[in-house]
Amino acid sequence: MPRIRVIVTLKPSLLDSAGRTVADSLVKLGYSELTTARIGKVIDLEVTSYDEARVKEMCDKLLANPVIEDYRIEGVIE
Amino acid sequence: MKIAVLKFPGSNCDQDAYHSLRDDLGLQAEYVWQDETSLNGYDGVFLPGGFSYGDYLRCGAMASRSPIMNEVRRFANEGRPVIGACNGFQVLCEAQILPGALLRNVDEKFICQDVYLRAETHRSPWTEGVTSTIRIPIAHGEGRYVASEDLVKQLEDKEQIAFRYVDAAGERSSTANVNGSVDAIAGVLNERGNVLGLMPHPERATRARLGSVDGRTILQAFQLVAA
Repeated sequence: MPRIRVIVTLKPSLLDSAGRTVADSLVKLGYSELTTARIGKVIDLEVTSYDEARVKEMCDKLLANPVIEDYRIEGVIE
Repeated sequence: MKIAVLKFPGSNCDQDAYHSLRDDLGLQAEYVWQDETSLNGYDGVFLPGGFSYGDYLRCGAMASRSPIMNEVRRFANEGRPVIGACNGFQVLCEAQILPGALLRNVDEKFICQDVYLRAETHRSPWTEGVTSTIRIPIAHGEGRYVASEDLVKQLEDKEQIAFRYVDAAGERSSTANVNGSVDAIAGVLNERGNVLGLMPHPERATRARLGSVDGRTILQAFQLVAA
């Protein structure tokens, strides 16, 4: 069955407070070269048949909120 | 005036809302489950707080797609009073009945405390009765209101900013804006002014024993509209 990976990320203009906390921790662990960490979501979908338009619809209708998030569809494995 | 108190799986302030409206404000109220498809017989809606669908995916995301929300949208368009507090606010934003969105508090902490609010417009029944600084509780981890600069300006121009976080004296300050909301916005209205979403809990401040009765100044909108 085709598997699809959807990556949802917070829009770059918005503060990711959880990502900032993770970045602070990494810096404390000695990774002083780190300036930013941002946390997104990976959603793996399995469908009986792949139709790109329908997967986009799923993203637009529920998986991502266009007010705060961007998404991309990658890794379609037939 | 009969109010529908909506229930989603994971709502947990529905009883607060129900008892506040019935016992403290003397209104009629009934619970309405999310799968219902009609709000016939009701005059207003209360979307309660909680953690609908466990806050999975995004706060309010799944609840905002439930069948009853078509009726909430109808009420919003017909100019009937609709209020969403806390998770209810998140649901209204996710349904795009209200503009903007709510993200994690700037300090990543769940905040449970009283806050002071100032009404920024009096053109809506939801803010008409709020003539001075009020004190009501908040209890949320994801209440940082976000909107683009353009949207904030538009909200300002159209008088859609209902409440801002202020200090006890009614002034804005960085400490008063506890969750880091853009422009200290605590609550917003739809364009028409009949739909209010806010992070604070007016239903938890409607009798003296609860520590404040200031929530009445907001919820009395249901009575104002009925009159």
